[in-house]
Amino acid sequence: MAEYTAESKHQEMLDTVLKGGHEKYHEKNNEQGKLFVRERLELLFDEGLQAEDGTFANVLAGDLPADGVVTGIGKIHGRTVCVMANDSTVKAGSWGKRTVEKIIRIQETAEKLGVPLFYLVDSAGARITDQLEMFPGRRGAGRIFYNQVKLSGRIPQICLLFGPSAAGGAYIPAFCDVVVMVEGNASMYLGSPRMAEMVIGEKVDLETMGGAKMHCSISGCGDVLAKSEEEAISYARRYISYFPDNFKNKPNVEEPKLPSSFEKSIDEIIPKNQNASFNMYDLIDRIIDEDSFCEVKKLFAAEIITGFARINGQSVGIIANQPRVKGGVLFHDSADKAAKFISLCDAFHIPLIFLADVPGFMIGTQVEKMGIIRHGAKMIFAMSEATVPKITVIVRKAYGAGLYAMAGPAFEPDVCIALTGAQIAVMGPEAAVNAVYANKIAALPKEEQAAFIEKQRDEYRKEIDVYRLASELIIDDVIQPNDLRKTLELRLDAYKSKKLAFTERKHGVSPV
Amino acid sequence: MTIVKASMAGTVWKILVTEGEQVAADQEVVILESMKMEIPIVTEEAGIVKRIIVAEGDFINVDDDLLEIE
Repeated sequence: MAEYTAESKHQEMLDTVLKGGHEKYHEKNNEQGKLFVRERLELLFDEGLQAEDGTFANVLAGDLPADGVVTGIGKIHGRTVCVMANDSTVKAGSWGKRTVEKIIRIQETAEKLGVPLFYLVDSAGARITDQLEMFPGRRGAGRIFYNQVKLSGRIPQICLLFGPSAAGGAYIPAFCDVVVMVEGNASMYLGSPRMAEMVIGEKVDLETMGGAKMHCSISGCGDVLAKSEEEAISYARRYISYFPDNFKNKPNVEEPKLPSSFEKSIDEIIPKNQNASFNMYDLIDRIIDEDSFCEVKKLFAAEIITGFARINGQSVGIIANQPRVKGGVLFHDSADKAAKFISLCDAFHIPLIFLADVPGFMIGTQVEKMGIIRHGAKMIFAMSEATVPKITVIVRKAYGAGLYAMAGPAFEPDVCIALTGAQIAVMGPEAAVNAVYANKIAALPKEEQAAFIEKQRDEYRKEIDVYRLASELIIDDVIQPNDLRKTLELRLDAYKSKKLAFTERKHGVSPV
Repeated sequence: MTIVKASMAGTVWKILVTEGEQVAADQEVVILESMKMEIPIVTEEAGIVKRIIVAEGDFINVDDDLLEIE
């Protein structure tokens, strides 16, 4: 029999920890198409975890390896990042005292190092049996959220949701910059379906109530819907490449690339008829470096597009109206979506490009009841406060408060450019002529009405003609659509040294 | 069977299909007019247009049924 040395004892304990929970929970994981936490970390990092802390947390309990969470440091594209990752094979990834302490410590580490923090969440929530130790106190679970708020805007915080994120735990994704959810397995909810049935009498399944697809398309709590864990991890690796390590640095500049080439030019894809729809993605593809678009909230409020891209290798955030969905009209959800995206870019020195083709904010009873005014205010608030370079492009039109929300001239963009043929006005010609001449039109004989309306619309179009606006210095430049990419390259380069403090105060009172 | 619904409030401007017609997924089936814009409505699923529920010129609210696809 081999001698039982300190060395072999150590190895035995370490092996036990690294294996995670009981075999049957690994099998269950497998059946659900889930990877083991340590496999996830292998995929996330260039070369696995390089430093792990609290490996032996709760080791003496026997059945709680690492106390159900792996925390440590690794590298993505050669850059140091911190991670906390739940182990769903250990008591369903639930949180005990040491689990919480480990998460708090890795947050403190990420803050000290000034590096991004990834949260790989797959957890049933608090261990009720341990609640006094892990729930209410100074270093209880509440501290995790407090720290998240404190870290917000200091370092990027990224959440990958592989399984449930339940009850209090559901606030981890809520305080992250971005949440990637794996379809079929990821979920977020305050009370489980079982609890919903007991407490409020609702009969519902998990997917309908808090599934990945629901959150990524309806509630907006999720940002990216991934088909698999591999896809989610690969998105996260890509996403972080647009960001600096912390708010004191600027994003890395990558190798510049030309946009993809297409048969039709920008001029050819934008319809001359203001009312007709076109696909804004076609324009985005023609102005950004090839394959550089990294979209956020694609499935949520699709009437506005938000995503990161590169122009000449430089990170930018694009906010673009999508005429193909709901006419590109701004709704409460689209304003909300844009507000968070703008604030995210501004926090990490990512210049903003607004591509405006917007008929205005939606009107009518339904949206007023949803509070469209206060949601719109959020977007205008975030956009006003943003001090990164802001480039506004009026692609076809910007009417009403749509002009304001899309960083119109009054909101101090570094430049407001119009493409030839663009219109800027309180409202479009049809609505304006109606508003001004409704009584006069009604008084005219029927056969004269159409000609009168057309004449007034023409007059109105002259009034809002893009060169008239340029002549009055309302807009700074008018360019040919096909010159947009070149203009953006030159302008982004010119604004690199922009440094601006918005104003002096403790903080603004954000409309929510 | 799926029901194609209105994505926003507005007026039915053009109905692009007829009953009995075969449609593909993502095909535009109705164009609404709202906020002075043309709003194309697509069917998410392929199938046969079983019933057209609205008429051109109708005012419709968000989520109102437009047509039925089988």
